[in-house]
Amino acid sequence: MTPGIIEKEIVINAPVETVYRVITEPAQISQWFSDAADLDPAPGGEGTLTFEDRATSQRMTVRLVVKAAEPPHRFAFRWDHPEDERPHEGNSLLVEFTLTAEGAGTRLRVTESGFAALQRSGQDMTGYYEAHAKGWDAHLASLQGYVAGQS
Amino acid sequence: MSQASPEPQHRDQPPGEDELWEAVADPSRRKVLDLILAHSQATPTALAAELPFTRQAVAKHLAVLARAGLVEARRHGREVHYTVRPERLDAAARAMAHAAQAMAAAAARWDSRLDAIKRLAEASARSSPPGSPPADPGVPEGQ
Repeated sequence: MTPGIIEKEIVINAPVETVYRVITEPAQISQWFSDAADLDPAPGGEGTLTFEDRATSQRMTVRLVVKAAEPPHRFAFRWDHPEDERPHEGNSLLVEFTLTAEGAGTRLRVTESGFAALQRSGQDMTGYYEAHAKGWDAHLASLQGYVAGQS
Repeated sequence: MSQASPEPQHRDQPPGEDELWEAVADPSRRKVLDLILAHSQATPTALAAELPFTRQAVAKHLAVLARAGLVEARRHGREVHYTVRPERLDAAARAMAHAAQAMAAAAARWDSRLDAIKRLAEASARSSPPGSPPADPGVPEGQ
């Protein structure tokens, strides 16, 4: 059991090379992820994702650093680290894409990990009060659901 | 609701996050915790008498809980009494609640992101048959 990891998969009717471009090219990232993206999709490459709140038009920029870029099978980055720090385990979320050819299509798997670490560093306390109000049993039940659903 | 401080608790050396997750993610260990809470304090023998685990299993669970800082052992003569550290339990509860909530939100976002990736890639594949150079997916200017 690996706690604190999200795992998702989808099968896409497109070749791995095409899917790899969609997940790594800034012009495409800005269509499935953020409202704008600036990124050097090479190992060590840095970039930013800009999100705009539709209701308030407030813009938020999040930095990311590419950890692995092995076209067309693997792409990984860390994001959500504090402004003045280098991303590492414990201060950021790690996103890893794995692309596997399946017939003429692609099985795309994504994992995102580091949630427990983010909490321990005291970042991002959004939802803290609501979550606390739910009580011990309710949130552990939902945690268990996550862990069970992923093992 | 009382005005709790959202500041992280750094007064004690925090247990490793893995220890914390490991400690509370296991339903058996939560039973041990609940039982100690119900009795205010308990010995491993007393816990084993009320739980469907062996004394050895109880001892293992207590060791994991102690390592995570969730319980504390005090020796009374020949007996060891365990108590829950409420501030740790509270910190763990908050950490788990927050992590579970953040994960639920992130998981939902990844579902919609993957759907969008699928739509983009499949549109791109349709407009560029195998063997031909990749087509521009047609990004609207200014988006």
